[in-house]
Amino acid sequence: MDNVLSIVTFLPLIAAGILAIFLRGEDEAAQRNAKWVALVATTVTFLVSLFILFDFDPSNTGFQFVEERQWLLGLKYKMGVDGISVLFVLLTTFIMPLTIAASWNVTVRVKEYMIAFLILETLMLGVFMALDLVLFYVFFEAGLIPMFLIIGIWGGKQRIYASFKFFLYTFLGSVLMLVAMVAMFTDAGTTDIPTLMTHEFASDGFSLLGVYIVGGAQTLLFLAFFASFAVKMPMWPVHTWLPDAHVQAPTAGSVVLAAIMLKMGGYGFLRFSLPMFPVGAEVLTPLVLWMSAIAIVYTSLVALAQEDMKKLIAYSSVAHMGYVTMGIFAANQQGIDGAIFQMISHGFISGALFLIVGVIYDRMHTREIDAYGGLVNRMPAYALIFMFFTMANVGLPGTSGFVGEFLTLFGVFQVNTWVAFVAATGVILSAAYALWLYRRVVMGDLIKESLRSITDMTKRERAIFAPLVAMTLLLGVYPSLVTDIISPSVEALISNYETALADAQTNAVSQTAATSH
Amino acid sequence: MIQSDLNIILPEIVIAVYAMLALLGAVYTGKDKMAGMLVWLTAALFVAMAFWIGATGDGQNLAFGGMFVEDDFSRFAKIMVLLAGAAILLMSQEYMTRMGTLRFEYPILIALGTVGMMTMVSANDLMTLYMGLELQSLSLYILASMRRESVKSTEAGLKYFVLGALASGILLYGASLTYGYAGTTNFAGIIASAEGQAPVGLLLGMVMVMIGLAFKVSAVPFHMWTPDVYEGSPTPVTAYFATAPKVAAMALLARTLHDAFGGVVGDWQQILAVLSVLSMFLGSIAAIGQRDIKRMMAYSTIGHMGFALMGLASGGSFGVQAMLIYMAIYVAMDIGAFTFILTMHRDGQPVTEISSLNNYANSHPTRALAMLILMFSLAGVPPFLGFFGKLYVLRAAYDGGLAWLAVAGVIASVIGAYYYLRIVYLMYFGAEGETLDAPRSPVLWGILMASAAVMVIGVINLFGIEGMAQAAAATLVN
Repeated sequence: MDNVLSIVTFLPLIAAGILAIFLRGEDEAAQRNAKWVALVATTVTFLVSLFILFDFDPSNTGFQFVEERQWLLGLKYKMGVDGISVLFVLLTTFIMPLTIAASWNVTVRVKEYMIAFLILETLMLGVFMALDLVLFYVFFEAGLIPMFLIIGIWGGKQRIYASFKFFLYTFLGSVLMLVAMVAMFTDAGTTDIPTLMTHEFASDGFSLLGVYIVGGAQTLLFLAFFASFAVKMPMWPVHTWLPDAHVQAPTAGSVVLAAIMLKMGGYGFLRFSLPMFPVGAEVLTPLVLWMSAIAIVYTSLVALAQEDMKKLIAYSSVAHMGYVTMGIFAANQQGIDGAIFQMISHGFISGALFLIVGVIYDRMHTREIDAYGGLVNRMPAYALIFMFFTMANVGLPGTSGFVGEFLTLFGVFQVNTWVAFVAATGVILSAAYALWLYRRVVMGDLIKESLRSITDMTKRERAIFAPLVAMTLLLGVYPSLVTDIISPSVEALISNYETALADAQTNAVSQTAATSH
Repeated sequence: MIQSDLNIILPEIVIAVYAMLALLGAVYTGKDKMAGMLVWLTAALFVAMAFWIGATGDGQNLAFGGMFVEDDFSRFAKIMVLLAGAAILLMSQEYMTRMGTLRFEYPILIALGTVGMMTMVSANDLMTLYMGLELQSLSLYILASMRRESVKSTEAGLKYFVLGALASGILLYGASLTYGYAGTTNFAGIIASAEGQAPVGLLLGMVMVMIGLAFKVSAVPFHMWTPDVYEGSPTPVTAYFATAPKVAAMALLARTLHDAFGGVVGDWQQILAVLSVLSMFLGSIAAIGQRDIKRMMAYSTIGHMGFALMGLASGGSFGVQAMLIYMAIYVAMDIGAFTFILTMHRDGQPVTEISSLNNYANSHPTRALAMLILMFSLAGVPPFLGFFGKLYVLRAAYDGGLAWLAVAGVIASVIGAYYYLRIVYLMYFGAEGETLDAPRSPVLWGILMASAAVMVIGVINLFGIEGMAQAAAATLVN
């Protein structure tokens, strides 16, 4: 299995091709076939991806399973995973079969729907495995196309506005990254990511249009990448596309968006921003930390005021991503471990929350919080699962949500106490909006006439939630499962980061010394 | 001596003689009844010539005392021009027959225009340059007004002619100034006289030559004719305007700037950078408000020419390579997009309103998918080939010290993405309603699918044109 990464990446694409070529017609049988093909393909992909996990050697901090081929323009087709990316790969392959299973009720253009999701899976997996700048960019950007179509074709009433906003917003962020990539290509002469990680980009300050730029080229490159990842993440104040996209997207689209696509931003910070531009990152760390803290508090407050369930959860996602960026830019072991942990755990929890909304949306075709109330009377199983994920979202100890929040706060506390203080208030706010949502939807008497005949979750729906509950609990009580895999790589990342910073500092000092003589 | 000269321009001679024989033959026999056969014959001749040039051409050959040059660069451009011409001819036949507008002059005019373009890309002297340019332009003026009974078509032809004549005049004036200051019209002589400090008159001449050529590639601010001519001309002719002549003019521009004015790179670089940035932004912004898909494609062309100019503006050999690759990809995309436009019919009549695409994906899923790929490729979204064209020119611009131009370019491409997305949105997200007729032509279907497939498969290795473009660029810039 030398090319297990390529196999995992392109399996869904092959399945999509098979669907596109061989499946004809729109009748019920064809629809069922499309669903089964997609489900089997994503499940097989997940099973194959388990090989990556079993053969992965956590103590090796370099890239593993590396594949390399020449490509045009001196680029390379190079794939590989390390401790930072391997879990994202697994997260993606784990979530995808669940989203397909959650789409069983789709009846419009089923074949195209499944093809879009399968292509999307290939592209998302590619993002986490690519070890060539341009290859990464290709996967990163190409993911916009299926998502644009998913929101636009199968979305809600405002889907056209949301899909355009989603596409153009993220596209604008990414093209600046493209220019930065071209600049790095020219500067380092290669697009090989492992090589670029050891390449020292110039960090001498200079004036541009009368503005003195501390950290020089590194700061500019950092900002260009930041424009892309901050939008993708999304960070306050460039998060506004996310609530629209989430609300309009079909349930499965929301799940993929929240559970996987948002993580690309955080992954990008860890893969590019910190290791490649340490000086730039250092210069801008206070800004990023405060943006994260504001994001946590502000979006939590906004979440409190929402009347649409999906929008509320979308804002809660933005708040939780705030912990991630905060942890990453704390740039210490606890912070980054916590950030990765938070991303993985948020993948399960937010995915589950969007599915929970999907369950009642499928029955009542509304997401208005006011349209519900007292669901516990008719849907006890649903109430239980909703309760569980509400607690996980709040960060109750024993669920995976707690570990991530605690580690990131712990990491940040060592760097900037005030940021940690502000961010910690977000924990309280998250409890407020999450529990209040639960209270309004599930608790109380069942007084709404329309809800009298609502049915509890079907076997299929329960089966979808079972793995998510298991993972959330497992990671909550036994977090070492994750941290054992990521810690060595994170440790290497941090030590490289600190060495690079120290080097840059000595260089700067010796240069000032040289000029003053 | 004359023998070897003639050998070098043999492909041009063959096509020119063919065109004249075909003209005489058709006039004395069946006239328009011959048109269908002539189209196929001309297309076959183009393809044969393209293979011949590709297979037999070798090294650099000068003819007629250095007025005409045949090298890797001109061969690359000629093959592009010929293949694009052949594809356009194939596209036209079915459409024009159905509309009853297929005249026997049509393939002959395209053949003559192609001779002009082949002369342009081989020009090594201001005289050859002008000769090729005029032969090409005169053919195109007539093609634009092919539909004699249509007011729009004749208006397009007249407009094109008047503005084109103006541009030719400016170019000619620039050529005479250059001749006056350099003392020669030969590119080799001009570059020698511009060594080090170039006289102001020579620079003025260069600027005017550039203006004339910028008109032909429809770079802003010399683009005004483009939307009207594109809209008014018969659609196959519009497709022709958007592809082969653009390649020829861009190649001629590169040849002139590097071979004749290679000593003053710094001077023309700025001009090209400004033309490029204006074209990219105007092309992107003005296209947003268009209701007619042909007008939209006109602005799209302007924007794409801006990107190609970005490669050229970088000044180096890599810039020329990037420009050639960009043009090759652009031509492949545009042929596909125009093929799609040719299939847009409602109740048997051609329609060009963008809104008529509403709900297209429901009735024609395969074609809609091909168009979707082409639109994302035109917008420069990976993983399609259009993105790699942009990557090349961005790299060239950055290497040439034009980082600001690269940033401006990507921002323009985001603005431009909007109108390409709008087509996708109409086809896929549009409301239920009546859709266009089901097209029947297998030729058009084949070209559309081939073009879309190229956008996907080409990502693997660009079909090997990278190396060819590199060799072509190396002969131009040394």
